[in-house]
Amino acid sequence: MRVVLAEDLFLLRDGLIRLLEAYGFEIAAAVDNGPELTRALLTIKPDVAVVDVRLPPSFTDEGLQAALHARREVPGLPVLVLSQHVEQLYARELLADGSGGVGYLLKDRVFDADQFVDAVRRVAGGGTAMDPQVISQLLARNARNEPLGGLTPREREVLELMAEGRSNTAIAQRLVITERAVAKHTSNIFGKLNLPPSDDDNRRVLAVLAFLDRS
Amino acid sequence: MRIGAAPLAAVRGLALALLALPVSLALFIFSVVFFAVTFPIGFLLFPVVIAGVRSYAGARRRLAYTWFGVEIKEPYKPRPRFRRGLRGVFQRYRWAVADPATWRDVLWLFVDATVGAVLGLVAFAVPMYGPYGWVLAAGVWKPIFESGGGDWYTFIHVVDQNSADNAALLGVVYTLIGLWLAPRLLRASSLLTRGLLAPTRERELELRVAHLTESRSDALDTQAAELRRIERDLHDGAQARLVAMGMSLGAIEHLMDRDPEKARRLLAEARESSSKALTELRDLVRGIHPPVLAERGLGDAVRALAMASPLNTEVSVELPGRLEAPVESAAYFAVSEVLTNAAKHSGARRVWIDIRYEDDRLRLVITDDGHGGADASGGTGLLGIERRLGTFDGVLALSSPVGGPTMVTMELPCVLTAPGH
Repeated sequence: MRVVLAEDLFLLRDGLIRLLEAYGFEIAAAVDNGPELTRALLTIKPDVAVVDVRLPPSFTDEGLQAALHARREVPGLPVLVLSQHVEQLYARELLADGSGGVGYLLKDRVFDADQFVDAVRRVAGGGTAMDPQVISQLLARNARNEPLGGLTPREREVLELMAEGRSNTAIAQRLVITERAVAKHTSNIFGKLNLPPSDDDNRRVLAVLAFLDRS
Repeated sequence: MRIGAAPLAAVRGLALALLALPVSLALFIFSVVFFAVTFPIGFLLFPVVIAGVRSYAGARRRLAYTWFGVEIKEPYKPRPRFRRGLRGVFQRYRWAVADPATWRDVLWLFVDATVGAVLGLVAFAVPMYGPYGWVLAAGVWKPIFESGGGDWYTFIHVVDQNSADNAALLGVVYTLIGLWLAPRLLRASSLLTRGLLAPTRERELELRVAHLTESRSDALDTQAAELRRIERDLHDGAQARLVAMGMSLGAIEHLMDRDPEKARRLLAEARESSSKALTELRDLVRGIHPPVLAERGLGDAVRALAMASPLNTEVSVELPGRLEAPVESAAYFAVSEVLTNAAKHSGARRVWIDIRYEDDRLRLVITDDGHGGADASGGTGLLGIERRLGTFDGVLALSSPVGGPTMVTMELPCVLTAPGH
């Protein structure tokens, strides 16, 4: 799987390259600034891009802007955005086109190599990987709203993991329950939130995120 | 509005004249007399009269602004804290006599009672002379003429209906001229008032220096307190965690061969520590300079704030570019503080934030639908915001009637740096 990597701090870039290579990814390009990232994304069209939000030369959200620009040019281009901090505003912008293949994680998540690589693979496969912090902020904001209040604690847990972009199998493993139980919880959740049921994992996640972001 | 303004000005002219003639004159006479008699009554009463003069002048300044749009600043030296007893009496007397603004006030009283009053009367009388002509033409000329004489309407001798009609025609001219004249006369009168009641250039600079000294020391205090807080947070937080991590790593090195199971446990703990340290650093950075603010500027940073707020918040932003970094930061933290207040104390459900840039000023208006009754001096943090904005010559106004809504308006003079993207 070919990866374009954008990170301006040498140590982190180096660490990420080694990590990804150890898990069998091929680093097609590793850049350290916004303009080069845009060029790499548009010419290489990688299977997945791992991008730091803040990049030189302006040290503003150049990485994010490059990623959004590239996704407008190449719809569905999988991009996983990393940052020192997560902002709902940025999450909303990444999800705005509703086409999946996006991720938005805190840089700390790299510590857990297995989970991180799993997130990269998910994004490359057209899924999503949202940081638990984004999801908990979204849920906190919606806490007072009617339909969410009607969920059982277990259903809330499932909803959280689902919103992060995890598959039923992964949720079952995490909560130590059977996949059938997860499927039952999900159909309950979709019923309570009035969302159309769907078998497609990715579309399901996007529906949930859109629901949470609406209010 | 344009048509109503002129008659209104005429009426206001009369009101001003009626106010200026007795009050200004009386205060002028009191001032002069009590200054002249000095010991002992003058010593006691002169400062009292001057205090009265100042509040009267203050009322007239406000009137000049609300009626004629002429803004007049206060020129007085700050009032000291007076001591009790005889020394206090001397102190008061000196405070009243030594301020040059006192004597400019007294001079103004005289000018206002004479020139000011005449201007006001003329502004009222000229347009009103017209209707008098019409009254004559309506038949009043007859009894006047019959009781012997006949009235002169300016240059027209009113002796019959014909000349009375001419007087009415001339009256129209008078009214038109008067209505044109009235607002101009009163504006001239207000400018005269400003000439005497506003601070002189020298005093204005003095006041400015006093303000700058105060706000600079406020800014330095705030900054020092901020640095202390950051130091403490780093010391107790991230720094302590790194020490703990170093110790864990040392222990792991030691245990690796002898007790790999325990070493593994310690490793997990060390990783946990590092992630907590990162979280703490992240929160600290957010408190110093929020990343969205650095990356996107004020508009998006406030939008991000609104998204994180438990209240239903609507944001509208009209900024043609980026602001200077310190202003941006001050404005951001001010909005953040006001939002927190609204969520904590106001009982509001909805908040509207309006940010715009007009006439070289950044204007922030935050309104909530809570129960109101907020008090700037009630320790709600508004005082802190006001001080912080004061460093940039910014101002804060609070309107919060009991029952709501609460509206906080902030204004900061500033320049735009780069166009936004």
